[in-house]
Amino acid sequence: MYIFKLAFRNILGAGLRTWLNVVALSFSFVAIIFLQGIYTGMNDQVEQATIDAFYGGGQFWEKSYDPYDPLTLDDAHAPLPASLEDLVKSGQAAPLLIRPAAIYPEGRFRTILLKGIAPQQNVLSIPSSLLKDGEGLIPALIGTRMAKSTGLHKGDELTIQWRDAHGTFDARTVVIADIVRTSVQEIDNGQVWIPLDQLQSLSAMPGHATMVVLKRNTQPPAMLQGWEFRSLDYLLQDLHAVVRSKRIGGSILYLVLLFLAMLAIFDTQVLSIFRRKKEMGTLMALGMTRWSIIELFTLEGGLHGILAACVAALYGIPLLGYIARTGWELPGAADTVGFAIGEKLFPTYSAGLIVGTTVLVLLVTTIVSFLPTRKIAQLKPTDALRGKMS
Amino acid sequence: MRRLLWSIAVLISSVCCGQTPRLPQGASGDEILKKVDLNMFSENKIILSRMIIHGERGSRTVEAKSWQRGTRESFSEFLAPARDKGTKMLKLQDMLWTYSPSTDRTILISGHMLRQSLMGSDLSYEDMMEDPHLPHLYTATVSSEEAIGGRLCWVLDLAARKEEISYFSRKVWVDKARYILLKENLYAKSGKLLKTMDIREVMEVKSHWIAKSILYKDALKEGEGTEFFVDSIVLDTTIPDYIFSKAALRK
Repeated sequence: MYIFKLAFRNILGAGLRTWLNVVALSFSFVAIIFLQGIYTGMNDQVEQATIDAFYGGGQFWEKSYDPYDPLTLDDAHAPLPASLEDLVKSGQAAPLLIRPAAIYPEGRFRTILLKGIAPQQNVLSIPSSLLKDGEGLIPALIGTRMAKSTGLHKGDELTIQWRDAHGTFDARTVVIADIVRTSVQEIDNGQVWIPLDQLQSLSAMPGHATMVVLKRNTQPPAMLQGWEFRSLDYLLQDLHAVVRSKRIGGSILYLVLLFLAMLAIFDTQVLSIFRRKKEMGTLMALGMTRWSIIELFTLEGGLHGILAACVAALYGIPLLGYIARTGWELPGAADTVGFAIGEKLFPTYSAGLIVGTTVLVLLVTTIVSFLPTRKIAQLKPTDALRGKMS
Repeated sequence: MRRLLWSIAVLISSVCCGQTPRLPQGASGDEILKKVDLNMFSENKIILSRMIIHGERGSRTVEAKSWQRGTRESFSEFLAPARDKGTKMLKLQDMLWTYSPSTDRTILISGHMLRQSLMGSDLSYEDMMEDPHLPHLYTATVSSEEAIGGRLCWVLDLAARKEEISYFSRKVWVDKARYILLKENLYAKSGKLLKTMDIREVMEVKSHWIAKSILYKDALKEGEGTEFFVDSIVLDTTIPDYIFSKAALRK
């Protein structure tokens, strides 16, 4: 205990040098927790938004459907099996029909995915009820990104061209019933949503769907012939992989911060050992073992970490708490990166994150503090008292 | 009966004289369409052509040489511009391959890719894949008569014979004397006009009237369309078999 008291007194006695180290280290604490919180919050936010808007409680895909292969879309449609039909009737599932199509906004050709959704569905958060009335024309919904990239506005008329089940071209004029404000790319970019029954009828695919989205917490029916169930784990795996890679990329920043802080601690320790040789000799002359002195100096270094954690808590808790409540407003360009984040990002700080970061920083600080003290193991008390390092 | 005999007599005499047989007044749309088909097709042909593609950022000219055998086999090699020189396309039955010298790869164009524009023009790859024999695909009715560029034409409304067809209906203007289409409109199932083709100049080669200058236009797209010129054409010539093989793409 006396070593702890001595160490504490020593680092407080070092004054400004200690506090500079502590403040630098506290920045690392706050930055690491903030960045980790950002990535966790981003993952949670994107996951929730995508589930609400498109993934639901999992999806049944028609067996030939592959979202990464547009060539499969022509054949990716089939009538619903009875068990899925029952779920749709009870409001537990929503069928979607997807057809490749082309639009001509401002006379320019652009390929899109034409998606049919039932206006009365309540499985997904897409405001499909707006598709009920087109005043004689087919009502259509598009997302904000799609509206921006095509220059379309609510009430605009748009020609869509696609092929029916027999390969015959059809072209209709739709009216943009509304622009859906969404952060979920899966329902926005390059997509136009129209009523399912109209798309089925115009495409000569009555009762057909490309996928069926289940409501959250709905038990999926057992294996269905011609349909494959894609669980949320499967659907979200890409998102998780992206967040994981972003987290690894982001960790470079806090590794640099941590490295700088550790460099300061290391320098302080080297300087202490160099300047306090006579003190070490005196302590040895008074009966302290070399390892007790190593312990003392290592503890002094480690205490920087504890003090830094306290200082970080002092300004970090209010600061990070404020950001968690109000969110971090993203610049406009962030909308184009393909993540369903929205205008604000709300970081999430878990207890595990805070405890884990604290333990990590303390551990690294202690190790870095220990490294320069190994020299003390070879120190002779007589040399030390004369201010020499043997 | 007399009308039938008259028709047969006219047909025989025309064929014997090597001229396009003329149909009597009041001929049915299907008969006219068959005559158009008869005029349009030859056993083999070699064509040197130019395509001027008018885009948003200006126009560019693509030159090509094509070998055609019947309607199911064709081989094209692009000669200009330098960027596209050496690009080749082979159509065999329902399959279409392209070869790009820059990548030295042969690609089968299928599915969604067939809908892409051909070299940035108003034509798609699948327009090339269509069966050009209109009587196989459509029934025709004469709706009116109109003059185009001083040529008197029948206006035929074509309705699809079967469901598996790209364009549900067409409207064609057929030169009454030459049995060549001078104008064609292609419609979607909804009746919306999708594409137009205007023949601006024709030429006679071996008793066939052939389009020399055509303007293709995607009616839904803005722009001036794509102009197609036949610079030279050789009909009913011998084309070696190897031309219509995948090996020819890499030669």
